[in-house]
Amino acid sequence: MLSPGSTHADVVVVGAGVIGAACAEALSGRGLRVTVVDRGAPASGTTACGEGNVLVSDKAVGPELTLAQASRRLWPELLDRLREEAGPSLADAEWDEKGGLVVATSGAAARALTGFAAGQRAAGIDARELPEGGAAELEPLLTPKVTAAVHYPEDAQLQPVLATAALLAAVTRRGGCVVSGTPALGVESGRGGRVTAVTTRDGALPCGAVVNACGPWAGHFAAAAGAPLTVLPRRGMVLVTGPLPEATVRHKVYDADYVGAVAGDDADLMTSTVVESTRSGTVLIGSSRQRIGFEDSLQVHVLRTLAAKAVALFPALGRVPVMRAYGGFRPYTPDHLPVIGEDPRCPGLWHATGHEGAGIGLAPATGRLLAELMVGLPPHVDPWSFRADRPALTKGQAQ
Amino acid sequence: MKVVVVGAGPAGMHAAVAAARGGARVVLVDSAPQAGGQYYRRPPGGTAALPHVFEELRRQPRIEHLPDATVWAMEAVPGGLHRLHVQQGPADAPGRRSMTIEAAALVLATGAYDRVVPFPGWDLPGVYTAGAAQALAKSQRVAVGRRVLVCGTGPFLLPVARSLLAVGAEVAGVLEANAPATCLRGWLRRPAHPWHHRAKAAELAGYAALLARHRVPYRPRTAVIAAHGTDHVEAVTTARLDPDWNPVPGSERRFAVDAVCVGHGFTPQLEPVIAAGCRTRGGFAEVDDRQATSVPGVFAAGELTGIGGADLSAAEGTVAGCAAARHLGHAPDPAREAAARRRVRHWRDFAAALAAAHPVRPGWQTWAADDTLVCRCEEVTVRELRDAVEHHRARGARSLKLLCRVGLGPCQGRICGRNATELADAFLRERGAPPLLDPDAAAKRPLAAPVRLADLATPPTAYEAQEGT
Ligand SMILES: Cc1cc2nc3c(=O)[nH]c(=O)nc-3n(C[C@H](O)[C@H](O)[C@H](O)COP(=O)(O)OP(=O)(O)OC[C@H]3O[C@@H](n4cnc5c(N)ncnc54)[C@H](O)[C@@H]3O)c2cc1C
Ligand SMILES: Cc1cc2nc3c(=O)[nH]c(=O)nc-3n(C[C@H](O)[C@H](O)[C@H](O)COP(=O)(O)OP(=O)(O)OC[C@H]3O[C@@H](n4cnc5c(N)ncnc54)[C@H](O)[C@@H]3O)c2cc1C
Repeated sequence: MLSPGSTHADVVVVGAGVIGAACAEALSGRGLRVTVVDRGAPASGTTACGEGNVLVSDKAVGPELTLAQASRRLWPELLDRLREEAGPSLADAEWDEKGGLVVATSGAAARALTGFAAGQRAAGIDARELPEGGAAELEPLLTPKVTAAVHYPEDAQLQPVLATAALLAAVTRRGGCVVSGTPALGVESGRGGRVTAVTTRDGALPCGAVVNACGPWAGHFAAAAGAPLTVLPRRGMVLVTGPLPEATVRHKVYDADYVGAVAGDDADLMTSTVVESTRSGTVLIGSSRQRIGFEDSLQVHVLRTLAAKAVALFPALGRVPVMRAYGGFRPYTPDHLPVIGEDPRCPGLWHATGHEGAGIGLAPATGRLLAELMVGLPPHVDPWSFRADRPALTKGQAQ
Repeated sequence: MKVVVVGAGPAGMHAAVAAARGGARVVLVDSAPQAGGQYYRRPPGGTAALPHVFEELRRQPRIEHLPDATVWAMEAVPGGLHRLHVQQGPADAPGRRSMTIEAAALVLATGAYDRVVPFPGWDLPGVYTAGAAQALAKSQRVAVGRRVLVCGTGPFLLPVARSLLAVGAEVAGVLEANAPATCLRGWLRRPAHPWHHRAKAAELAGYAALLARHRVPYRPRTAVIAAHGTDHVEAVTTARLDPDWNPVPGSERRFAVDAVCVGHGFTPQLEPVIAAGCRTRGGFAEVDDRQATSVPGVFAAGELTGIGGADLSAAEGTVAGCAAARHLGHAPDPAREAAARRRVRHWRDFAAALAAAHPVRPGWQTWAADDTLVCRCEEVTVRELRDAVEHHRARGARSLKLLCRVGLGPCQGRICGRNATELADAFLRERGAPPLLDPDAAAKRPLAAPVRLADLATPPTAYEAQEGT
């Protein structure tokens, strides 16, 4: 529902997931009046369907790693600032700098992992190759079959829905507005094709700019706005165990084949094990990658593969009951890089989407970069690789 | 090609028998060690006064009954089949047998579990759901306490009181929260079939006589609004209620008891219905007059489709079993089927009257204090739930869970989901906001039951392969 006060915004952000929330926070922090609209409830899309890893370990050297490094520095600063503004209870996002442990269990994987880590080290990542027995010291219940292990102290975790709520609370405190239950249908444009309003089911919202932060549905909104963009869903599932004693699993522990799956292009099922505990004592076991559109029926073979790999990594978890399975659709682009910036085909239309399996981690730097570009400040990371008119995104789409 | 029936309560047993009589091969999967469901729960091996359907279930060569077998997931497979993932063996034991069963026609009859609304002290040991107390009394001949108060709403409180008396407990009272006027209006809303009048009036008279004989007071318009004690219930506070269930000031009384049984109606066990992709309406499976759901080949019967007691469940089961057999090309006896459909129609009127006579009214929300738990598994209080709505601006059921952890524990919201949704909606109303945008998210549980990680990791065997069929 739109309230009368909500109709004059500098920027309308469409999508109240972690990305839309981070953009809105950054824009409102720079003095802009922001309205966020979501067709559902805030933080009920992909942001509520994943894990909360804020990672540098899984990214190869390149523009995404640069963005991830910036974002990793920003998250704790941002949460501190929100805590100062709003008080601790509102800005507690369960931030935990627990560190990641990537392990290989074969000779080939060991070589790939140590090579990968060496490259990251050269790019400034703290990636510590562990001596024999080092992994067992960090994770006593880990399989003895480990052939190589790298410790990434910078890897952290947070609870994405709490974080998104804290970002949106800051937006409202600064005079912005968050509207739920209102689908955005497209844009209106004026002279020179410039966006003048976002049309919604409940009426038009006049604005100077619109940010498409529709996650895996960003391609739909872009098309509705007349600027088609290739953003597609990549399904992922996660298993949740019952609560376990503290310190059963201490870090985020990955199988080294994680790296291959993130960068991979295969449409078929890929799984790579990520095992981590949450503050409530449950252990999350992720995650799968499948390109099957928005198909959301349960596929037991996917869960079985996740379970088998988790038990291989932590044999002691075999006895533990799995309580729940959930999942969502990662928004991905063909070149696996996010889209951050204005769309030259439609002035005033900005995109902030396509973060695939890393949107939680990449949110603060995305918001900041978008705000810098919009108000004309020097960008804190090079935006070139994320531009909206790169061929990978518009190839095959009507111009 | 076979019919698979999930649940062996009155609905599932009748469905299995009707489908097998109609000529279909039937696999009856049930998580309990013996058939009968909630209504016919009894000590192991007990056979006292069981109706004929049990005998037929045993004798019928086309039925295979798999006891101790839980369906924990379901998926659609090509060819219009439904694949059920089943674990067989005592609950929680390691190394249970994992199998898949493929169904060409499926009858879902998983029943319901009872609902309890929260009040201060409801999480103390000694406070039981009426259903749990009933189950203990029926299957283990154990009374939950020496001096017990039964409270809530609905006719189900009466058999609970009877079972408690039968196992030697003193029943300090039966408290019905609704006013006689509400109950009466509900019963008069629809002209009940004379047949119900006779059957139900006789049943009620029996209960009245029993309570009188044991000098058990029956109090309408009254509820337990708080339980007291340190490690266990020692006393309760009761109060008179107005028609909306708000306590009447000054009517509070304290009673010493060592157990309380609470029941506020039932919630259907919808997981398999949702997993099969069937449409729901008003929180129940939507079915037509042949018990067919919105998914071809999937039928639902019993408490899944509405709360109406064992007779309605049984009649629906017969209709569903016939329909499932016909779906596979068999020709069940039309006369039997027509008779069962007549019974369904009649008992549905009774069920509608029941729902109208024993509503759960919103005044219960005033019983809970700020520090009363809404979710016992995750220890989420009313205050925390309110914070999630007021400060974190939860607007949907899914984000509500993740903002305050309500319903994320081992029960997965089965106990607290409806209460949390209703409380959140009330907090939203106070702020002029619309109700939660995705209320169904609270009931979505792709895993119908927990599975050990190692069992999940092990490839199952196909039931068809084992049976050589
Ligand atoms: C299983 C899984 C595990 C993951 N694990 C991690 C992890 O550990 N770390 C990490 O960093 N990332 C992880 N991710 C990825 C991460 O969840 C996403 O990258 C991120 O949530 C994307 O956020 P978003 O705001 O772009 O999208 P969303 O959260 O989906 O938000 C988009 C919003 O737009 C709204 N919307 C869409 N269309 C419209 C419209 N027309 N009008 C109005 N509103 C609209 C939707 O309702 C939705 O709320 C994981 C994802 C999955 C599926
Ligand atoms: C705890 C309890 C006690 C009750 N006691 C009485 C009573 O004493 N008197 C009375 O008149 N009414 C009683 N009722 C009401 C009673 O449930 C109904 O009147 C009647 O039993 C409903 O029949 P049904 O076949 O629909 O379901 P049920 O009798 O509930 O049968 C459902 C069956 O499905 C099985 N099941 C559920 N999920 C799965 C799964 N995933 N996989 C495999 N099997 C599954 C269950 O084990 C159960 O055997 C009770 C209800 C409850 C919840």
